[in-house]
Amino acid sequence: MSLLEIENVHTYYGQIHTLKGVSLTVDQGEIVTLIGANGAGKSTLLKTTSGLLRPREGSIRLEGKDLTHDPPHEIAAKGLVQVPEGRRVFGRLTVTENLEMGAFAISDQKLIKENLDRVFQLFPRLKERHKQVAGTLSGGEQQMLATGRALMANPRILLMDEPSMGLAPILVDGIFEIIRKLHTDGTTILLVEQNARMALQVAGRGYVLQSGVVVLSDSAQNLRQNEMVRNAYLGET
Amino acid sequence: MLKRWRERITPTDVVMWFIGGTLLLLMFWGSTATLIEGRYTSHHWFDFLIFGLAQGSIYALIAMGYTMVYGTLRMINFAHSEVFMSGPYTAYFVAAAFYSSGFLDRQPILSLIFIFLVSMATSTLIAVLLERIAYRPLRTAPRLVPLITAIGASFFLQYTFRGLYGSGFQAYPVVKILEGEWMFGVFRILKFQAVVIVAAALLMTALYLFVQRTRMGKAIRAVSEDKEISSLMGIDIDRMIVTTFVIGGMAAGAAGVLYAVMFKQVHFFMGFIPGIKAFTAAVLGGIGNIPGAMLGGIFLGLVESIGPSLFLDGLGIVAPYQLKDAIAFIMLVLVLIFRPTGILGERLAIKKA
Ligand SMILES: Nc1ncnc2c1ncn2[C@@H]1O[C@H](COP(=O)(O)OP(=O)(O)O)[C@@H](O)[C@H]1O
Ligand SMILES: [Mg+2]
Repeated sequence: MSLLEIENVHTYYGQIHTLKGVSLTVDQGEIVTLIGANGAGKSTLLKTTSGLLRPREGSIRLEGKDLTHDPPHEIAAKGLVQVPEGRRVFGRLTVTENLEMGAFAISDQKLIKENLDRVFQLFPRLKERHKQVAGTLSGGEQQMLATGRALMANPRILLMDEPSMGLAPILVDGIFEIIRKLHTDGTTILLVEQNARMALQVAGRGYVLQSGVVVLSDSAQNLRQNEMVRNAYLGET
Repeated sequence: MLKRWRERITPTDVVMWFIGGTLLLLMFWGSTATLIEGRYTSHHWFDFLIFGLAQGSIYALIAMGYTMVYGTLRMINFAHSEVFMSGPYTAYFVAAAFYSSGFLDRQPILSLIFIFLVSMATSTLIAVLLERIAYRPLRTAPRLVPLITAIGASFFLQYTFRGLYGSGFQAYPVVKILEGEWMFGVFRILKFQAVVIVAAALLMTALYLFVQRTRMGKAIRAVSEDKEISSLMGIDIDRMIVTTFVIGGMAAGAAGVLYAVMFKQVHFFMGFIPGIKAFTAAVLGGIGNIPGAMLGGIFLGLVESIGPSLFLDGLGIVAPYQLKDAIAFIMLVLVLIFRPTGILGERLAIKKA
């Protein structure tokens, strides 16, 4: 049994059939990447998994338990936590308050404090700015905050939606550095990326999504060698 | 730079600034004339100030409900004026019973506490029912729909309470310990006004601390900013929305008793004007902004109380006090011309970037 099992998921926006039977699994401790062009349906899959969108067909299970019909806040409380596309930190809350919101489902104050220390250790920059309102942080700092906020929940699995989007190359390296570190600490991650090159370096396995259909799934190593992937996503010929 | 400025200024802006400038000039002229005439003594001004503070604190408490609900639902709860009315109107019967049994005179503090509790409980109940029955089913409807529903609910509640309790004015019994005055040096202050100000200040402090410091309060602020992301953080959005109605209801119920203490009567239509004023206060302070609503309420109360004499007397207008409502709304117009986001409102577009 995999930690996360997504089976034959169909999601619609009104009449538009966006996910056409997507299946995907993530095992405990793995980094799995989902790559695909803009508009392929990657974010739609993460939103469906988190409960923000309802699939019309198919099922989603975490540790064998069905959560297809749970509301988002319950799914989060069960340990499936998302770092959303575009960071979306709470701009009017301080850095610390943002992080506290990440731990909303946890009631043990001591655990919250521990997590806060861990996040501040991972992102010393956030500690320096802990009293600052999040809206005034730079893009890179906001990405740190969005990641830290998700980690505050002690996630069983972390869904990351294009964490490198819109960041300067040096910051992108930093983000992938953090992803590697989280992996070593045993965090399970489903990583959505347009930056397929970087994603396939940190991930063990990968899926390729095209127009709402998984067209390829293999080990990251094989995907890196794959002709189609090299042409379409790695920009090699 | 200059070119960009020119492109951003429309003819409407210029006309609005002209109107705004004229109003400001008139206010300035009126105030100067009034002060030179010297018809009012410092005692008068002090009385206006205290009355304005008391009235303003009541607006501020009601405004909390408008602004918090707007924060989480992005809708103006027009029925909030009836949430405000329902509490003190229901508690009136408790107060009347206490009065006729002599309990009010024997145990005034206990009676007042009980009246507060009944009023706050009633207002909260009405607010929560409103959310559950009228607004929640419309959560995904276009924005105009809940707005119209709110107006309908407002009438429904007014006439329900009229049907229940009658259409006449009911005189609130006088609480003897709140009569009379205290002296502060040479200034005298009416006891009930002082009590209204202190009670409202305590309530607002508690509310402010709740919203700023507690987990729930922070979650409410998070929901106001981004519902979707809040739910991804494990926050139950519905529960937070209900909480804003509960808090708004409690504040309105408390404000209702303070209103009854000040004006000594209740009526099924009593919510209308204070409701509009409190809404104005919320917009003045920047709708959705909680400290803003408090500030807006106090500001409006003060302007209403000091403004007529200060601005209008010097212009030779007779019985200026009758124009206090006009002054309140002129303030709204002025703030919206020169600061469209309200006093404490922020420009979200810039923050989001
Ligand atoms: N809220 C929405 N309403 C309608 N269509 C949407 C909405 N969000 C995304 N889509 C469409 O669904 C498709 C998949 O979008 P998305 O999941 O955001 O792609 P990706 O994350 O892979 O770039 C796109 O064609 C997009 O235009
Ligand atoms: Mg996307």
